Amino acid sequence: MFTPKRAIFTASMLLAITASASLAETPNLGKPIDEAAIANWDISILPDGTGLPKGSGTPAKGAVIYAEKCSACHGDSGKGGAAAALVSDKKIEGISAAQKTIKNFIGDSTTIFDFIRRAMPFQAPRSLGDDEVYALTAYILAENKLIGPSDEMNAQTLPKVKMPNHDNFIIRFPDRI
Amino acid sequence: MARSGDRDVRGQTLEAAAGNGLINRRALLGRGMVIAGAMGAGIGPSAAAGAEPLSDGPWSLEVGDPTPLYQVPSKFEAKVVRTLSNPNHEARNSHSRTPHHFLEGTTTPNGLHFTINHGGIPTIDPDKHRLVIHGLVKQPLEFTLETLSRYPMTSRVSFVECGGNSAPMFAPEPMQETVQALHGLASCAEWTGVKLSTLLEETGVDPRAKWLIAEGADSPHLSRSVPMQKALDDAMIALYQNGERIMPGNGYPMRLLLPGYEGNMNVKFLRRLKLVEQPGMSYYEARTYSPILPSGKAYRFYFLQEVKSFITHPSHGMALKGPGLHEISGIAYSGTGRIEKVMVSADGGKSWAQAALQEPVLSKAFTRFRLPWRWDGGPATLQSRAWDESGNVQPTRAEFVAARGQLDKPAPVLAFPNQHYNSITSWGVASSGEVKHVYA
Repeated sequence: MFTPKRAIFTASMLLAITASASLAETPNLGKPIDEAAIANWDISILPDGTGLPKGSGTPAKGAVIYAEKCSACHGDSGKGGAAAALVSDKKIEGISAAQKTIKNFIGDSTTIFDFIRRAMPFQAPRSLGDDEVYALTAYILAENKLIGPSDEMNAQTLPKVKMPNHDNFIIRFPDRI
Repeated sequence: MARSGDRDVRGQTLEAAAGNGLINRRALLGRGMVIAGAMGAGIGPSAAAGAEPLSDGPWSLEVGDPTPLYQVPSKFEAKVVRTLSNPNHEARNSHSRTPHHFLEGTTTPNGLHFTINHGGIPTIDPDKHRLVIHGLVKQPLEFTLETLSRYPMTSRVSFVECGGNSAPMFAPEPMQETVQALHGLASCAEWTGVKLSTLLEETGVDPRAKWLIAEGADSPHLSRSVPMQKALDDAMIALYQNGERIMPGNGYPMRLLLPGYEGNMNVKFLRRLKLVEQPGMSYYEARTYSPILPSGKAYRFYFLQEVKSFITHPSHGMALKGPGLHEISGIAYSGTGRIEKVMVSADGGKSWAQAALQEPVLSKAFTRFRLPWRWDGGPATLQSRAWDESGNVQPTRAEFVAARGQLDKPAPVLAFPNQHYNSITSWGVASSGEVKHVYA
């Protein structure tokens, strides 16, 4: 509730701010931290490849990791199981979101790396090394025939992978960006 | 039509406002006795002759229960709970839906606020939780809950709505589901916290920064890209929900609050904000919340929860107890601002009457609307339609389907077959009093 006491406090603060000319006073209690100390948390990746870590992986290596750590939920060869299919040639007909696949919908290859690294495997997120994430990304892209069967994925090659649906989006509210 | 007997305590006639029994909202405004007076009409002294003599209940004849440290609702309200999509905690996401049909007013009690979590609810030690702001800033900063608690606080009432709320209405036939199942992924609370712009003032913002990527401390490390425009406008690091610390399922100990924007963007368990030049195209913005259009293209960066309303009383699954006066009541809201007006129809949209809006009408918050209705015992189709202060109007279902399409066949009610549905909801009232979901 907005009590009279608080109103007086706010009013006096407003006066103080007005009196101190242009500088608004904030508590300044944030502790400076450098990017090196944030590195372990900084897993953001941009579509142009910014933020992709060192390391690499091939579809062949990814197939081994996939069978061990992913197939229980996503099915053999990414065909789907309790969790969504990762490999599919299905086209989109009608508006149902259930049809969305990596190949027919995801616009940027970096999204695959980003999501695996931050959220998978479901029961043990952040347990995969960067090489393993590259390998799994390569495996999924190769199974979807979006890269060659022996193409290596790394910080340079991954952002260059062309996703079929990349240009099929409409920004809903461009004036809000 | 008002009947000759419909008079309030001052003897004024209850004025018809639209077809099939809708009464002018002025009957409600500042004249609380009107309905009571009218409802009493016809029950004279003679009708009271057979009334049972009053007696004490056992609770009046003994000492009651001890006072609990944290009180919970009466045991007689046990049905007033959320519905769960994943009660056995299987390895997938989990939704809980707000029971709008059991609630009144505009504030969602904290225990009934909707939640969607994609990897369970993390048990976060508030003393060890950190929020870092970095990237395109002059000085990256780390905040604790304790330091944030020393910042100037601001409170605002805001709805939060999942982008997939109301998705069962993409079905080609009306799904026979309650307002909780159809619209339960929207709730409204008073949020208190620190304006994000205050913290960004301390870190400094590199002018190249156009977006920030918000990330949670939950197991999927859920992340969403937010335009700086919104971050510097009304974004808040929320610490309190309806006066108490944020509920675990709603993001304890802190969440990003982006009033009026898609629920998923209001990142919970917030631990990191990185200012960047371009959006991250995270899983949820690249896939889940990019709705497919009939053309085969898809919308991206939908952001806004557009103007919507639905009637909660009466609604699907209820049964009217008999002809006579009833109050139609529901919720309206818009991600753009205040609700300007809500129109109600009892004849499937042939005629409309303006509903009374419960004050205060707040921007980007639930607004309760009410309208008296004399049900004559015949079939009726109840609808509400909202306008916001920017002139946006809630589309009819036909208008919505023409623009956004519908499914070929119904999807399971808990699925999210598409997103951002906001057209009119219709409830069909049968002569038996039974209320069902219909399309009209």
